[in-house]
Amino acid sequence: MSETTTPPTTHPLVDGEVGPGCKKVDPIVIADGVVRQFGGLTAVDVEHAEIPRGAITALIGPNGAGKTTFFNLLTGFDRPNKGTWSFEGQSLAHVPSHKVARRGMVRTFQLTKSLGRLTVLQNMLLGARDQRGEGIFAALVRPLWRAQEEANIKRADSLLARFKLDTKREDYAASLSGGQRKLLEMARALMSEPTLVMLDEPMAGVNPALTQSLLDHVKGLKEDGMTVLFVEHDMHMVRHISDWVIVMAEGKIVAEGPPETIMHNQAVVDAYLGAHHDTDLGTLTNQQVAQIHGAAEDEVPIDAGAPGAEQRTPAADAQPATDADHEEGKR
Amino acid sequence: MDFLAILSNAAGEILSPTTAAFALATIGLNVHFGYTGLLNFGHAAFMAIGAYAFAIFTMQVDPTATLGWPVWLSFLTAVLVAIVAAVAFALLLGIPTLRLRGDYLAIVTIAAAEIVRFTMRTSEYSAITGGSQGLRGQDYKGDVDALNPLTGSTYGFGPWAGSAYDTWIRILAWGLVIVALIIVWLLMRSPWGRVIKGIREDEDAVRSLGKNVYGYKMQALILGGVIGGLAGIMFVLPRAVQPDNFATAMTFYIWTALLLGGAATVIGPLLGSILFWVLLSFTGGLLSGLQSIGAFGDMTGTQAGQLRFVLVGLALIAIVVFRPQGILGNKKELSFHV
Repeated sequence: MSETTTPPTTHPLVDGEVGPGCKKVDPIVIADGVVRQFGGLTAVDVEHAEIPRGAITALIGPNGAGKTTFFNLLTGFDRPNKGTWSFEGQSLAHVPSHKVARRGMVRTFQLTKSLGRLTVLQNMLLGARDQRGEGIFAALVRPLWRAQEEANIKRADSLLARFKLDTKREDYAASLSGGQRKLLEMARALMSEPTLVMLDEPMAGVNPALTQSLLDHVKGLKEDGMTVLFVEHDMHMVRHISDWVIVMAEGKIVAEGPPETIMHNQAVVDAYLGAHHDTDLGTLTNQQVAQIHGAAEDEVPIDAGAPGAEQRTPAADAQPATDADHEEGKR
Repeated sequence: MDFLAILSNAAGEILSPTTAAFALATIGLNVHFGYTGLLNFGHAAFMAIGAYAFAIFTMQVDPTATLGWPVWLSFLTAVLVAIVAAVAFALLLGIPTLRLRGDYLAIVTIAAAEIVRFTMRTSEYSAITGGSQGLRGQDYKGDVDALNPLTGSTYGFGPWAGSAYDTWIRILAWGLVIVALIIVWLLMRSPWGRVIKGIREDEDAVRSLGKNVYGYKMQALILGGVIGGLAGIMFVLPRAVQPDNFATAMTFYIWTALLLGGAATVIGPLLGSILFWVLLSFTGGLLSGLQSIGAFGDMTGTQAGQLRFVLVGLALIAIVVFRPQGILGNKKELSFHV
């Protein structure tokens, strides 16, 4: 691992030199100086980050790196202590989460949030935007929203067919398997015709049989012209589908790059394994060991009553002690 | 022990205006808890607000006498005042709590209900609210009575016979129940109802789909509160306004009726209220009958009367254990606990 290949300094997605917080040719999200602290802990401290449009970007990093918190901040589910960020050129600071979603930036959750006691179809229909029937007064008069509802049902059915959930249409979402719920959540997000889809650990808890179809679905989003940002631990997924990888550690963006070379980046290796993980500690000579012991004894004075204190020379003292040890052993 | 009289009294509860008022209140709570998942433990306060606003407006302003308004207009204005008061109360409860986790609404409503009751009880305002004595029925019933199109002396038959005024209130109260049921049914099959039910399941998910969850919760709180306020009016029209009628016990009767009938169903609250009052009357009659023939030994009539609330408690436990979805609830829908 000590041998690191030098990452490319240019990339078609990047405007200028590749590096943490580098400028993109066509960014869809730009974040500046976003800081989120929980008491004394700085969970997120992102100086500058840009998400490229029309690409699949992976956000990776060890546990506790602040990936999900950064996600929550971008989508308005959490408020940062300071910082600005924009989506398609419009500032999103202080915009409530539901308005963020209406602008076309839709997210899913790490712990799937399927609405258990609604049917799969109802789950899907909830995703549709600008429904007339969602106003309390218009809701009373069916002719006002019937046509729109029917169009939405048609769209939901075609999405369900694409995600192979059409046979589950009338089932309660709570009866779906974990993987199917992930699919439903993704399909539901698509009902709102987003421009940026943010997936928080789409592969968590999905059985391997479903993995491939889930990967294909994510790739399909890009083919449909959407931008995808996802948080993931599964490196297989990151390597296979992402166009760009952003690495976070301890709240900061420590590296960026294409997936083929990012894992060779020294900062990434350090973030995952620790900076001194391959430092050769060597073998200690006996003299060094004795020195370390001597230093330790100087620091911690040995208590007279402590067991195994063989330095106590007076024999009279030692005799009852061994007797006591004997007694101890018998018991 | 006159068993027939006990049965007749119990049957009388099926159509009594009090049952209608309870059904209405339960429909309101169903909008809160059954559909939106709002834990409202102060529903009696909405009824109290409605009842007091209606009665106080009629007594203090009395537009029929002072402004020469037609009777129907003064009556409708008084109802409107009650609705506005219920909306204001819902806003007061909702604005600080609906952004927070659900438990906060539960705590605030249970406390607010008691605050309302004690405010109405206090002797400080007895010139307006009547203090612990409450308000006399005849002081605010004038307009309703004047609107009564019925002129005969008695209507109905058997256990459901009543005076003209009684029958008029029955018609009003049950008419309102039917209107409320239709509104709830129309709303819950619409996209609005879908959002509301989604919020019950997981509000973050609904928020991530671009819905203003806070706004929807507020709408639901107001809608259920207004229905509760109307229930308060219907509750006091056949009797007087008594602050202690709107104590926590009332809230828990409503909850029992809701769980009995089946939350998140349209007809459940109606069925639950009717069954609750029939059973309460029946067990009450049966217990006092048994007491009068000496079945409980030294127990006094009042003590025996309290036993029925023990039975209500047992019934509530039995519902939750053996039929948690209520009578009309969908077992499948409830069996998923996510």
